[in-house]
Amino acid sequence: MARIEFKKVRHMYPPTPGQEPTYALKEINQVWDDGGAYALLGPSGCGKTTLLNIISGLLTPSEGSVFFGDTDVTNLATTERQIAQVFQFPVVYDTMSVYDNLAFPLRNRGIDEPTIADRVKQVAQMLDLENVLHTRASGLTADGKQKISLGRGLVRSDVNVIMFDEPLTVIDPHLKWLLRSKLKELHQQIGVTMIYVTHDQTEALTFADKVVVMYDGTVVQVGTPVELFNRPNHTFVGHFIGSPGMNILPGHVDGSDSYYKNNKIQTANSADDGQAGKLEIGVRPEFITFSDQGIPVVIEKIDDLGRFQIVTVTHERDTIKLVIGEDDIVPSESAKIKFDPANTHLYRDNWILENAR
Amino acid sequence: MNKTVNQKAWWLVTPVLVLVAFNAFIPLMTVVNYSLQETFGNNEFFWEGVTWFEQVLKSERFHASFLRQLLFTGMILVIEVPLGICVALTMPRKGPWVSVCLILMALPLLIPWNVVGAMWNIFALPDIGLLGYTLNSMGFDYNFTQQPVSAWMTTVVMDVWHWTSLVVLLCYAGLCSIPDDYYQAARIDGASPWAVFRYIQLPKLKRVLTIAILLRFMDSFMIYTEPFVLTGGGPGNTTTFLSIDLVKIALGQFDLGPAAAMSLIYFLIVLLICWAFYTIMMRNEEQ
Repeated sequence: MARIEFKKVRHMYPPTPGQEPTYALKEINQVWDDGGAYALLGPSGCGKTTLLNIISGLLTPSEGSVFFGDTDVTNLATTERQIAQVFQFPVVYDTMSVYDNLAFPLRNRGIDEPTIADRVKQVAQMLDLENVLHTRASGLTADGKQKISLGRGLVRSDVNVIMFDEPLTVIDPHLKWLLRSKLKELHQQIGVTMIYVTHDQTEALTFADKVVVMYDGTVVQVGTPVELFNRPNHTFVGHFIGSPGMNILPGHVDGSDSYYKNNKIQTANSADDGQAGKLEIGVRPEFITFSDQGIPVVIEKIDDLGRFQIVTVTHERDTIKLVIGEDDIVPSESAKIKFDPANTHLYRDNWILENAR
Repeated sequence: MNKTVNQKAWWLVTPVLVLVAFNAFIPLMTVVNYSLQETFGNNEFFWEGVTWFEQVLKSERFHASFLRQLLFTGMILVIEVPLGICVALTMPRKGPWVSVCLILMALPLLIPWNVVGAMWNIFALPDIGLLGYTLNSMGFDYNFTQQPVSAWMTTVVMDVWHWTSLVVLLCYAGLCSIPDDYYQAARIDGASPWAVFRYIQLPKLKRVLTIAILLRFMDSFMIYTEPFVLTGGGPGNTTTFLSIDLVKIALGQFDLGPAAAMSLIYFLIVLLICWAFYTIMMRNEEQ
């Protein structure tokens, strides 16, 4: 087990002829604690699988180095890193029994049979695989196979980190939830560092202590689910996390006051440092309310989702979404809305402004 | 909902029935007809029952060519299947060399059978052929027109040259369909290259290998043109395989009855072996 550290890691794939070479990863500097449950969240193509492969050693980064604890593992092969990985599609060795599948990594490392039998039994118990230990692995359902892939990582006592690359993609919805709680439970039980890659925010937010949001080859924010929700560092985090996402509106400043169009807005941070750049105001739909005075809007649509309602309104052609309670009354006409000052943030060139008021 | 019950849909099956009738059933029945009767020309037939079948099954000649056939098919399967797998494993999976390799591999398959026979005949001639001349000047006593061993070697090598590509291409396709995740998982599990082959590649190749073995079995068991052009079944009868023998009986000696009986026995043997092999492979699959 070990802390994982990235120092100036950049990666570029060999360019396709006739195309400009671009970095799949643009400089990652991160320290991930030993024993943490991390989720790597981001849209497809943001570089999260690249980063995962760099950790597992399937890829060597073009620049920078990776440390496990105090050891530089940048140029170490996968087998020397003591990691385990569960893939999107379950990988099992079809011709072997479940027992042999679980024993396979240990046998490859020349461990004696009695020890193997002990470890396999222990892991089978953790994963509820005891009843099927002696059946052929190919006969199992997708979630059973995924448990085997996970088990092959757990049997090894020397594993630094277990990685999950969208492991629930092929699992039935009602089993997804079960398997996810199993993972969470295992993490608490054995305390090994786990990294979970996904593009599904629900999965990330329920599994992880810390969510690492990636966008366009960089890490835009690392934080707890609550931090990501209340104070997104980047407009991308704002609209990627949350459903519906954050409202991002054009803004400008006059002196120390912030304005959205002609409306003065109270914000949590300020933009009076005099620097140039595209200024935006971000506010989550949950922090907007109807009020007697404020920004005049026209109500376009109401989606009743049972426990809450999503109201879509417009102000001078900008669309703004609000989330209100199931019993709250939506005004019929000439409505006005108000932003919660503590949860309204100013962004310059997509990044949050750090100076609080 | 009301269902209309009538038998009109059967008309839609007619084209298939006609096709099967003309390309399989009617020709086969003519053979059955010949196999049960004796004819002296003029379309006169005399009932013989199973006499011809008894005669063929008891004949030393049939036993000899059947054994030769088994030996030949066995040899080429033992050589071509492992060789094909090895070649497929060494072929590149990506890059510009992929198409080069694929085209090179496909070339032998595109050459007509009798051209292959003629090529190897000239290639292996001891006095003027490149192969035959080289072997002899290196000190080997090689003459496929006179020595049974040389004739066998040449026939087998020719078949391996011609058909290993088929096994290679099938295996290559099978290997390409294995997701990268399997190899990555194997690396993480610390599997040796042999273990990767034994537990990932071979199991995933099972289906294509079943097809490859069936195809190679059927083709080689019915081989005619290439050895006929190369050795003509000689020297003596040493390379007379079943189909060469059959043609000798049917067209050389014009013994239509025994030839027809032999055709049917031949057909049943191929069918039986294929069925048994396929059933065994698929039964393993289910377990």
